[in-house]
Amino acid sequence: MTALPRPTAGAPRPYDFPAVHRDVLSNGVRLLVVPMPRLPLVTVLALVDAGAATESAAQAGVAELTARTLMEGTGLLDGAAVIEAFERLGTAVGTWADWDDSGASFTVTRSRLDAALAQFADGLRAPRFPAADVARRRDERLADLQQQLAEPRGLADERFDGFLYAPTSRYARPLGGSATTVSALDDVAVRAFHAARYGPAVTSLLFVGDITPEDARVMAEQRFGSWRTTATTAATPEATVARRERHAILVAKPDAPQSELRVGHLGVPRAHPDYLAIVVMNAVLGGLFSSRINLNLREKHAFTYGASSGFEWRRSAGSFVVRTAVKTEVTARALEEILREIDGMRAAPPTAAEVSLATDYLAGVFPIRFESTSAVAGALANATSFGLPDDWFSTYRDRIRAITPAQVHAAAQAHLHPDRLLVLAVGDAPAIADSVAAQGVGPVMTVTAEHDPSEAR
Amino acid sequence: MQIPVDTYTLPNGLRVILSEDHATPIVAVNLWYHVGSANERAGRTGFAHLFEHMLFQGSANVGANEHFELVQRAGGTLNGSTWLDRTNYYETMPSHQLELALWLEADRMARLLPAMTQAKLDTQRDVVKNERRWSVDNQPYGTWWEKLPALCFPPEHPFHHSLIGSMEDLTAASLEDVAEFFRTYYTPDNAVLTIAGDFDPAAARAMVERHFGPIPRGTGRPTLPSMTLPEQFGAPRREVVPDAVVATRILLAFRIPVAGAPDWYTASLLAAVLGNGEGSRLPRALVREQAIASEANAFTFDLHKGSDLLVIDVVARPGVAPETIEAVVVAEVERLIADGVTAEERGRALALLETGWIAGLQSAGARADKLSQFATYRGDAALVNAEPERHAAVTVEALAAFARTWLVESNRATLLYVPQPTPAAEAA
Repeated sequence: MTALPRPTAGAPRPYDFPAVHRDVLSNGVRLLVVPMPRLPLVTVLALVDAGAATESAAQAGVAELTARTLMEGTGLLDGAAVIEAFERLGTAVGTWADWDDSGASFTVTRSRLDAALAQFADGLRAPRFPAADVARRRDERLADLQQQLAEPRGLADERFDGFLYAPTSRYARPLGGSATTVSALDDVAVRAFHAARYGPAVTSLLFVGDITPEDARVMAEQRFGSWRTTATTAATPEATVARRERHAILVAKPDAPQSELRVGHLGVPRAHPDYLAIVVMNAVLGGLFSSRINLNLREKHAFTYGASSGFEWRRSAGSFVVRTAVKTEVTARALEEILREIDGMRAAPPTAAEVSLATDYLAGVFPIRFESTSAVAGALANATSFGLPDDWFSTYRDRIRAITPAQVHAAAQAHLHPDRLLVLAVGDAPAIADSVAAQGVGPVMTVTAEHDPSEAR
Repeated sequence: MQIPVDTYTLPNGLRVILSEDHATPIVAVNLWYHVGSANERAGRTGFAHLFEHMLFQGSANVGANEHFELVQRAGGTLNGSTWLDRTNYYETMPSHQLELALWLEADRMARLLPAMTQAKLDTQRDVVKNERRWSVDNQPYGTWWEKLPALCFPPEHPFHHSLIGSMEDLTAASLEDVAEFFRTYYTPDNAVLTIAGDFDPAAARAMVERHFGPIPRGTGRPTLPSMTLPEQFGAPRREVVPDAVVATRILLAFRIPVAGAPDWYTASLLAAVLGNGEGSRLPRALVREQAIASEANAFTFDLHKGSDLLVIDVVARPGVAPETIEAVVVAEVERLIADGVTAEERGRALALLETGWIAGLQSAGARADKLSQFATYRGDAALVNAEPERHAAVTVEALAAFARTWLVESNRATLLYVPQPTPAAEAA
């Protein structure tokens, strides 16, 4: 029983990103419709240009609390009745705030779309924001913050941002707000945010699935066309960092068997012209299973179950972070390897094979990313939020394939900054402090899990 | 809304399912081996999962980690997972790369052992130990999915022991274990291969024949010990776990008929009435009205051998006393037993299941996995298409009767996580 030789691929079959039909309602709501008629299913997504980045730092969390309470009562219905109405139609509305936008979305069978859309429009346009329900959602957020103190992964992510950004910056506080700011929120604050920031001029409405552009237009006009508010956008503040030199923070979690490790620095805004080169560079460094960092830390040294790197994309500069969880005893050794890989990425161009692995992967999986109506809606919302050109998706694969090793190398040199790294570990601080310091990571400070740098005044 | 199903069996016993859909140029390859942690011998807990890791370490014609690289270079996604009684491996590929995925799967089914080395085993053993630390030991409530089966199944039962395994047993695993496990369980007659998506059936059949046809049938897998247990626990069971957590979490498990049994659909719909969606009973009462919980869910474990479990899972708000949350959850169960379920509640649960069903058909990988699952567990992949009707056939009377019969105190196991002060908090 011998093996046949490795098969060669046949000819690729054509793939086009589904066509996007753009329109504007009479009141200025932007309409994007993507027919995907294979199954009797429609995803509706409303994107509102009202992100957490534009809150005042003192009100951090108000965008998220507003989004979470949109469906807590409309017209004559209380929150329980609204949720029940959606669920009887076989759907549930997800609502969220992100740094740059707020949003709400649901997926429903085609025959129930109109009824669900009517209820959805009521929630976005005229939420009641009952004081008791806003208070309950606020307390849920406070409970989450408390829970997070015992959850090392989430805590590491949140504290990394907390120590990376300048303490006065909105970005130093978690997206959903911190204990002090959230405690001060109520229905008055939420109502004011909604009044100022939700409205037709700042809303895009997406329909993806078993629907024609004409039908979507009629439905959207009927449910949203009479919406009138004076809501406008607010400028996105620039991201500023706490320090520009290497330093390390150890968040003490006594007797932890692993260190949750984060290593990184401030990245660049999404609109940066190097975006695609950075994406490919990151894929080579730590974005794929077969990337340098994962193969080194997991498959060569067995320090971890997995290690990755990523740039967070926002309108302002997000972070670049390497993430992993390693056995306590090897924390400093793992850190040494991460630092080595970051340096290595800058030192010499990647091989053609490394770059083609990344570009072939990114171009190849493109259709696989867009099998579902909700995935297409999410990607399109993202493109809308960042103001990407209309042909972004239809030209993406060709542009990714055109990225060269020289461009990747240039992106590494321009956008990886080993001299500015923040190293943060949630773990057994006394056990790792000396060996971490010996890696030349600059001053090392140990804090408790409760220490929230954005609250320290 | 039906998933197309075309099934046949190779002479070596490999069951093959083809499911065409040409909407996008994507094809999913999905392989289920009918082996999981239940098949581990004493002293080797965690081995089935460690073995799954070894399947990504190359085979006679594939280098270490080359499996990942070849699939990703082809523009595909891939992974594998281990469960109590099955292990799956899957790729979603651009459709013109179908044969590469089949070749990779066939090479490791036919020729894994030449690539196995002590060094690779040692590395993956440490990777898995880190996976254990990451998902179990260093996570709040991370032990629940070890402790709940241990509480619900007797020690000699194949579902009793830990799936991720103990550190000691992982340390003990040897290359001989790898060889023996491979020869016993990784054979074509113990597997189901599903291809779903954009492919030409005649060409796909020829590829399957070419790559899997020559692999010899196994010598027969040892039968699992009997999974038959008394229908119900017979007396309440209880374990209290003091843990480094901020809030109490309570899990109630009830022994119920095995997944796929007629009554199981009643259990599945009842779980949705209780705890699927914010408008279901438990979230509505505990999270919304009384505001004493942050999360409340109910679900069936979907065990397909012996018996299944219906689980209620509630995380209290920090500061809510364990006795309080337990009393309220139990009161909700008792209310269900006393008053049954309304037609509106049944309709709500069914509508959510219906949308979930259609949404689940969108991905080729998800369709392929369902087909492999039904072929492995029910012996007929086409039965997957009857699922919506079987749920829809459950009446409010059946839901009420099920609650009265099965959700009783004598059939209840309670796993209670209770916050205990951490050393740091005590010092503060």
